[in-house]
This record gives sequence, structure tokens and C-alpha cells, in this order.
Amino acid sequence: MAKMEMQNVTLTYGQRSVVRELSLHIYPGELLGLVGPNGCGKTSIIKALSHVLIPDAGRILLDGQELGAISRTELARLIGVVPQNPSLPDTFTVFEVAILGRNPHLGLLSGETARDMAVVWQAMEKTGITHLAKRRIGELSGGEKQRVTIARVLAQEPQVILMDEPTANLDIFQQMDILDLITGMCREKNTAGLIAIHDLNIAAQYCTRIIMLKNGQIRAEGMPKEVVTAENVREVFGADTTVYPHPENNLPMVLPNTGCRHSGNGNKEKQANKVH
Amino acid sequence: MKNLESDKKLDIPAKENSEGEAANMAREFATYSSRRLLLIVSICGLLAACVIIALLALTVGSVGIPFKTVWQVLISHLPFVHAQANWSAVTDMIITGIRLPRILLAGAVGTALGTAGATYQGLFRNPLADPYLIGVAQGAALGAVLGFIVPWTFGGSYLIPVMAFIGAVAAVSVVYLIARVGKTAPVTTLILAGVAIGALLMSVTSYFTMISADKVRSILSWMMGNLSYAGWDQLGIITPYIVVGLAVIFLFARPLNVMQLDEDQAEQLGINVERTKIILLGAATLITAAAVCFVGTIGFVGIIVPHIVRLIWGPDHRLLLPLSAIMGAILLILADTASRTLMAPSEIPVGVITAFIGAPFFLFLLRRTKKAVF
Repeated sequence: MAKMEMQNVTLTYGQRSVVRELSLHIYPGELLGLVGPNGCGKTSIIKALSHVLIPDAGRILLDGQELGAISRTELARLIGVVPQNPSLPDTFTVFEVAILGRNPHLGLLSGETARDMAVVWQAMEKTGITHLAKRRIGELSGGEKQRVTIARVLAQEPQVILMDEPTANLDIFQQMDILDLITGMCREKNTAGLIAIHDLNIAAQYCTRIIMLKNGQIRAEGMPKEVVTAENVREVFGADTTVYPHPENNLPMVLPNTGCRHSGNGNKEKQANKVH
Repeated sequence: MKNLESDKKLDIPAKENSEGEAANMAREFATYSSRRLLLIVSICGLLAACVIIALLALTVGSVGIPFKTVWQVLISHLPFVHAQANWSAVTDMIITGIRLPRILLAGAVGTALGTAGATYQGLFRNPLADPYLIGVAQGAALGAVLGFIVPWTFGGSYLIPVMAFIGAVAAVSVVYLIARVGKTAPVTTLILAGVAIGALLMSVTSYFTMISADKVRSILSWMMGNLSYAGWDQLGIITPYIVVGLAVIFLFARPLNVMQLDEDQAEQLGINVERTKIILLGAATLITAAAVCFVGTIGFVGIIVPHIVRLIWGPDHRLLLPLSAIMGAILLILADTASRTLMAPSEIPVGVITAFIGAPFFLFLLRRTKKAVF
């Protein structure tokens, strides 16, 4: 199973360097969360890991081999990417988009076999979109489109899956559905997973490991409990929060400290004191 | 969201659900797998229609020739057939020397323009794209106009087509080189560079047209499209280019489907986007240049044909590209037949016909289906 590695990677857009000398690993079977404020380099890291953005310095390795030394097709068989806001052709049907995921497994002249079809259908079953198979993309909601893209990536049968905000357009039920699916896949198929995500609570609940980024550099790395702390959130996001353990699994939950309610809390404490 | 909830509810009779799923899967496979069959049937059907239309087109013109005679004349020219000729040599000449090469040339040009149009629309993910989008037409026009006004005589009747061909290919090459930023040429930059270069070339062309007092008519006639000088020689010259170009384009039908996502996603699905773009642009430009160099920049075929095919067969390029090729041939043979018969013995420029018949037909299709087609 494939392991990905970034060694001292620097990424620049034009003159601006978005990621500086960053090193990270993604191991098979884990779901690594990439969190941080907007513009901290999450998307650039995913583009670099999928060899769409070429690093200015440093190396990116897939199972010890540099990405540049692997053919595009071979890379596409190994790495699946769920981009942020992917554009999809409105007139294609859901099935027609999902089956594009088989492209790296097909020769220039060969058509899809029964096995390709079955893989695509399974991917659609897992993402719960089989009933939409014949619908055109233009008729779908944002959340449905997101699931079509995820199905397309599952149809690639990748060993590494990179996701950029895959749950951005989904409601809480759908978010859980997709993340259960992804964590399940990483565990059962030993896929190496990386997810760039805004929602710290979702990251803490689902990721096995979290990297917190600021200005293209790692500020904290480790288990959710070690990374998602009030101090780290204040330092990286500049936000004043309270971090509580989840009542059922003790994983950290981030709650905003809203200034206007402070006095309310204070009153409650006073009242509590009185009772004592 | 609604659907997901209803799925959850359906979880209870799980067995029925999975059986339904299996049936759904089988049905989806069947429709998708039958696409190859659909392609073969559609190609055969359209080719048959194309041949019938071509045969009918042979019968009409300034002299009407009965269908039976046309048939007999054609048969008599097949190898190993020795038929008793009961028609005049003039009839034979009209059919095989004038009308047949002209109809075949119209077919070849229509094939090239239809396929190039579908390729450009797919490559640029833009329904307004046509083969002339990034400078082919303007480059060819400038080349042709220079061919008309230079006092040279070498090359004879081939001077203009050669100049037009060179102009077309040169214009697109310049546009590509200008649009190239680093290692890639983004499609938006390509279109903008194409529009700018096109305007530049057009201004030069207009100026030369204006000062070429005595040749304005022939220049205008070339620009609107004119198949009246068609002959076997011209057909022989452009056919190899078109055949090679079509073969390359058809080979890239599935990559073109993948590129309907966006460039990053296509790369992540194993497509070498820049290489594919160059190959397809090159092939489409080659067949367009070959198509226009003798007969002029016939408009509207390249934009309308892919849309007609998409309305009927859907957006899959594996169907779209080959069917656009045949549909283009049909449309241009019809248009050219109209151009030489409607006001016989004088001719209406074929470009006028393609727009005059094509536009309302296209609007009719658009209104009738009332759905997004691109």
C-alpha cells in the first residue's frame, strides 16, 4: 500500500510562496486532517501531492519514488483527488461522470469492461447516488454534485485519496455519511487519506492525525487531542475558543467564545457559587 | 437530500432494495454498453442517408438527370463493369466530371468543419466555439487575399489555396505561442489571443480587399464560400489531410470526455492536458485549413453541426465526433445543392445558404427540446 511523503517542499504562485519547506507523511490506513485558516496553503499542498503544481524546492515521494518519475496515467491509478469546487459538465449524466474515473485504467482504444462498470456502480452505491444515475449534472444540488465527484474518485480505485473540503456543501447528515465512508475506506482498504477541512470539530472527530498550518508552515501536528487545543486555535486562527472533550469519545470539540455572552456565563458562575 | 432520506427509510426491506439495485445496475450497464452498438447503428444510418442525399444531389442542377441514369453512369465507371452506354458523353461529363467531385468536395469540407467544430467546442468547453475561433478563418482569408492581389503567376490556380492554407496554420500557431504562459496555454488566454490576432488580421485583409478594386468580387465570393471550381484534383489534395486529422481526433474522444471536467481534474485522471490540447488543436486546425483553402471560409457549419448531434445523441464525444463528421457532410452537400440550383444558372454563395437554412433549423431544434444542450 502506498505511502506519500513531502520533504522540505516549497510551493510558489508567481512571486508569492504559499508553502515553505514543509515536510509531511501520509501513511496507509490513516486519515490525515489538514486544518488552518484560509490561504494557509492547504489547496496548494493537495495540488502538489497530485503533481498538478510542481514544487520549487523539495521532493514529493510516493512509495519512495518521486512523482516526476511516475507517468501521469500511473499516478492517476494510485492517487485520487476530490478538488474544491470541481467543475462538472452540466449535460453529462451522473453515470457518465462517474465512469470517467476509470480513464486511467483504460487504453486509448479500449472501452469499458463489465468490471469497470461494476466498480463504477459500487462507487455510486457507496456514495448513495445510484438513483441519480441517469440524471444530468445540471439538475443536481451542490451536495449531490459533491457526491458524484467522490464516486468518480472512488471509481479510480486509488491507493491514496486527497480531498479538498469534500464536505463544504453538505448538511451535517451528509457530512457524516461521506466521512464515515472515507474513514471506512482508509481502514478497510488501507488507503492513505488526506483531507483539507475547515471544520475543526469534524476534523477532530474523524481524522486519525491532524496537521495545523499557518502561512504555509506546520504549527502543530499529532493526535486530535494534542493539536486541537484552545491555545493552538488562538495562535493559528486568532480566535477565542473553548475546547471541551466530546461527552462520548473524549475527542476535542471547539466552541466559540462569543463576547456578548460572557456576562451571562459570569452570572451563571455567580449563581452557582451562591448555591454552594 | 430528500433522496438520501428516502434511501434510509428503504433500508428496512433491505433485500428488496438490493434486488432493485441489481436490476438498476444491469439496466444502466445495458444502456451504457449499448453505446457502441448505438454508435455503429447511427453511423450506418447517417452514412446511408448521406449517400442517398449525394445521389439525389447528382440528379439536380441546370440539367435534370433521371435517378436511373445517374445510377447507371456511376455503375459503368466501376472497374470490371462494361455497361452499354445509352446516355450522351455530355451527361457522363456532367455527372462524373462536374457534379460528383463537387458533391464529394462538399462532403469532405462539411466533414472537416463539423468535426473541427465539435473538437473546438469540447476543447474550449464553450458552446460558442467554432473552427474559426482562434484565427483559422482570418489567417486563411489574409492568405487568400494576398494570393488574389499579388502579381505573381507561379503556382497558377494553386497559389490562392496554398497561401490560404499557410495563412490559417500560421495564424493559429502564432495565437498558440502568444497564449503560452510558462508551460501551458490556458483556454481563456487562447480564445482572447485568437480574437485579438483575428481582429488584427481582419483589418489587414479588409484594407487589401478595399484597395484591390477589380478583385473585390472574387475575394468576397471566396470569403462567403464557393464550391463552383471543385474538381477531382482538389479533392485529391485535401482528402489525405482530412483523413489523417479525423483519425487523430477520433482517437482522442475519451480524453476529450475527461477534459470536460476541468484541466486539473483531467490531469489527475491521467490525461496529459497540454499535449492533448496541442494534438487536438493541431489536428482540428489542419482539417479546417484543408477544408477552407479551396472553397473559402464557409460559416455556420462548424458551430451548428455539433449542436444538432448533441441534441439528438447527447454529449459523449465518442458519439459526437464521428456523427458530427457525417452530419457535417450531409449539411454541406444539401447547402451546396441548394446554392447551385435555387437561382440557377447563377449561384448563391454556399455560406449564405448554410446560415440561411441552418439558423432557423437550429432554432427549431433548440425550441423543441427546450433543454440545456451543452
